[in-house]
Amino acid sequence: MSKELIRLRDLCMAFDDELVLDHLNLYINDKEFLTLLGPSGCGKTTTLRIIGGFTTPMSGDVLFDGVRINDVPPYQRQINTVFQKYALFPNMNVFENVAFGLRMKRIPDPADPSGKRTVKLAEAEIEKQVLEMLEIVSLKGFEHRKPDALSGGQQQRVAIARALVNRPKVLLLDEPLGALDLKLRKDMQIELKKIQQQVGITFVYVTHDQEEALTMSDTIVVMDKGSIQQIGTPEDIYNEPKNAFVADFIGESNIIDGLMLQDKLVKIYGKTFPCVDGGFVLNEPVDVVIRPEDIDIVPVEQGQLVGTVTNVTFKGMQYDIIVDFRGFKWLIQTTDHSPVGAKIGVKIDPDGFHIMKKSEYSGKFGDYSSYSEEYDELSDVEALDETEEVAAAEGSGNEE
Amino acid sequence: MKNKGLAVPYVAWLAIFVVAPLILVLIYAFHDGSRFTLDNFRVMGTYAAVFGRSFLLAAIATLICILIGYPVAWFLAREGAGMRRIATILIMLPMWMNFLLRTYSWMSILENTGLLNTLFQKIGLISLVNGIFGTNYTYFSMINTQGAIVLGMVYNYLPFMILPIFTVIEKIDPRLIEAAQDLGANSAVVFRKLIFPLSVPGILSGVTMVFVPSVATFAISRLLGGGMVTLLGDLIEAQFLGGAYNPYLGSAISLVMMVIVLVCMAVMNRFGEGEEEAMLL
Repeated sequence: MSKELIRLRDLCMAFDDELVLDHLNLYINDKEFLTLLGPSGCGKTTTLRIIGGFTTPMSGDVLFDGVRINDVPPYQRQINTVFQKYALFPNMNVFENVAFGLRMKRIPDPADPSGKRTVKLAEAEIEKQVLEMLEIVSLKGFEHRKPDALSGGQQQRVAIARALVNRPKVLLLDEPLGALDLKLRKDMQIELKKIQQQVGITFVYVTHDQEEALTMSDTIVVMDKGSIQQIGTPEDIYNEPKNAFVADFIGESNIIDGLMLQDKLVKIYGKTFPCVDGGFVLNEPVDVVIRPEDIDIVPVEQGQLVGTVTNVTFKGMQYDIIVDFRGFKWLIQTTDHSPVGAKIGVKIDPDGFHIMKKSEYSGKFGDYSSYSEEYDELSDVEALDETEEVAAAEGSGNEE
Repeated sequence: MKNKGLAVPYVAWLAIFVVAPLILVLIYAFHDGSRFTLDNFRVMGTYAAVFGRSFLLAAIATLICILIGYPVAWFLAREGAGMRRIATILIMLPMWMNFLLRTYSWMSILENTGLLNTLFQKIGLISLVNGIFGTNYTYFSMINTQGAIVLGMVYNYLPFMILPIFTVIEKIDPRLIEAAQDLGANSAVVFRKLIFPLSVPGILSGVTMVFVPSVATFAISRLLGGGMVTLLGDLIEAQFLGGAYNPYLGSAISLVMMVIVLVCMAVMNRFGEGEEEAMLL
């Protein structure tokens, strides 16, 4: 749909002998909202700083519109940055903060026919552009305030206006909403997306907040340990996580060891379940992801699996309940209340199973045992009635 | 907050040794030993030259301290922890020696037959100057000049300029500098529009800490000025301890000096704020 604007080729970076970026390859399209998502220390901020020109990679290339810009200083790049905690100039008011970039700018002198001489922007022009930009970020009338007389959300908008007024081709945003409270953050997410569409430029956004990434992005890049784990649309990343790390990082996931018997047939807990994935070797060991909201609670006799409720947390829209299935604890999100200690049956539709190849992350995520230590004694593995469970599973299997 | 009692010793100390003497000075200044009077202030004009000289020398010393201290503070703030520690120790080192001792050692450096003059003689600088200008120096007069006094002030009070400036520069968020660079500013602009305005508070407190003791000094002018250059400090000291014994006049001079200093500080702080405001407009 749109053309490639930035390409990162084989980037490596280390701080104090610690590898922060490990042969990273990525391209970013024009006008796209791309989010680098990952836990702290995954290399996302370093990637952003390399694009911005604040950090020089040890090896690899940064291409902008096909031109290598590794050695171009930040102020010569058509890229502007919204810094973490905004970094507004405390000695200047809102107007001067936003006008800063314009005052630095030099344009060809209209009076010089050769076009070689440059002049500063006229004061009237600066004022017009600054006020226009303040209008876009809904900060009209705040021109003479100092940054410390603004709320977090307003400072945020000033930072965005200060960067956007220079009409960059790319705006880099480094966890810009981190300092805001939840309600404001949600509002700003929507507003940022709106601004991005309004000005029609590329946003590269860094966050560790998966919900933020899902809300705003066209493309999400999930990173860990300096490597890209998965690139895709929010829907792709959520519905088809590539490995246990992605599944765990984006949303809540129960991740269970399984065996892919054949296409569309997976075996967990010694039982066979129909699923929709294929393309694995026969009997390949796999990680099976089951999202908490894809699990239906049914009466024990109808359940494909039977477990014991060990913890219930009211979350407003739903209950988060932890269910023990033979020592492995699942998170189930449901609107029905089940009391702690109750035996329940669960039913999962074939498209509720997401099958992933085994990776270095297998077995590290997707278990909710730490959720409810105090109920451990209730879940005696030996005491579980397996025959009842298998019978129930077979019963429900017939219904399919 | 709860243990207000812990502040009692210091508050008592302040009351007895700071507030009470100030009140005494105030009373003495308007007294002549038998009655309250304004006579002490009527003769103040006689000392205008001393006032002028004291404030001028202190101002020169303060200016030199800024010119030397700012780059040093800048350099310190940008260095790594190791270098910073060494440099800080070097800056503080002279202050661990006795003030008088330090000033005495400058005497032996600056004397007519002192270290510097001996050195100048050995390397032929003096005969070179004599050759060029047709003069007949056997030494350069450095001790007992106003220059020597300014040197003494700068030497003794420079650390008090460096440290507050260093503190404010160090606190400037490096992201601010990156943000300015991101918006197209080169190093000179970053300094002019960001670093310098943000370090003004440090300069102001440095100025206070250098200017005030410089105005009031008497040891430096005594030792390096050799009694040839009378400053306010000497004048006041003479009224209390010297032959001119007149504590009432001494108090009045002290009071006038204090008021002038306070006015200077107030104006400067205003100017400092104005500076910041001016950057905005």
